[in-house]
Amino acid sequence: MVIAARNPVHSVLFLILAFFTSAGLLVLIGAEFLAMLLVVVYVGAVAVLFLFVVMMLDVDFVELKQGFLSYLPFGLLVGAVFLAEIVLASFAGLENHVSTFDASPGAETNAEAIGQVMYTQYMLLFQLAGIVLLISMIGAIVLTLRHRPGTKRQSIAHQTARRRSDAFDLKDPSSGQGI
Amino acid sequence: MDLGLSHFVAVSAVLFTIGVVGIFVNRKNIIVILMAIELILLSVNINLIAFSVFNGDITGQIFAMLVLTVAAAEAAVGLAILVVYFRNRGDIAVENVDLMKG
Repeated sequence: MVIAARNPVHSVLFLILAFFTSAGLLVLIGAEFLAMLLVVVYVGAVAVLFLFVVMMLDVDFVELKQGFLSYLPFGLLVGAVFLAEIVLASFAGLENHVSTFDASPGAETNAEAIGQVMYTQYMLLFQLAGIVLLISMIGAIVLTLRHRPGTKRQSIAHQTARRRSDAFDLKDPSSGQGI
Repeated sequence: MDLGLSHFVAVSAVLFTIGVVGIFVNRKNIIVILMAIELILLSVNINLIAFSVFNGDITGQIFAMLVLTVAAAEAAVGLAILVVYFRNRGDIAVENVDLMKG
């Protein structure tokens, strides 16, 4: 439904539904921390960002929907090939796999197990993730920031460089005369 | 019915296929293409976490978090580029992107 809905707002809502469902699946096998992270990051940030952009750019979506049917057979063909490939590749080796699961090895809770290795063994990767987020934030701001030529802006350097002698001019008119 | 690794792999394969088909059938609508990429990344995440849990190795979950980070960053930058493109052109037709007329 994400890819087939006529209205992109509906696509975003179905995307949120898919994220919620995956979070539920992760809760089922005990990976609670990642499930909550999925809800917070995807549903709370990414999907809302998509919703903002879809509603902000009021594009004629009916026109963008043209050619959906002409691409559909090719898309389905590629999809079938991919699906068959994945099924053949993954289910060949899965049959003799153990089906016991342990989402938090060596710890009480899932979040504790993640925290024990993330801040020690994977410290560099953790900081690298932070840097990636920082760079993407700076990039998004730089891309979308624009200066309108007509608006009045505060010039702090000009403000602080102002001296008393620039602003005041003492006159001493004698009585009975104007300046 | 036991919840096994193969169920998660199946869900992930279906999500991945939906994402790939979505990229192909919505070739004019770049917003839906970005959403399809998000679906693909979600399927990768499910795969990573499922294998991590069923193997009892926490590394997969750490890696899934990194994939999540990169997905969020990619969505932010992609949508920013989209907004700038819309401001310059007035539409988001993907087939005209190669004109390079700023």
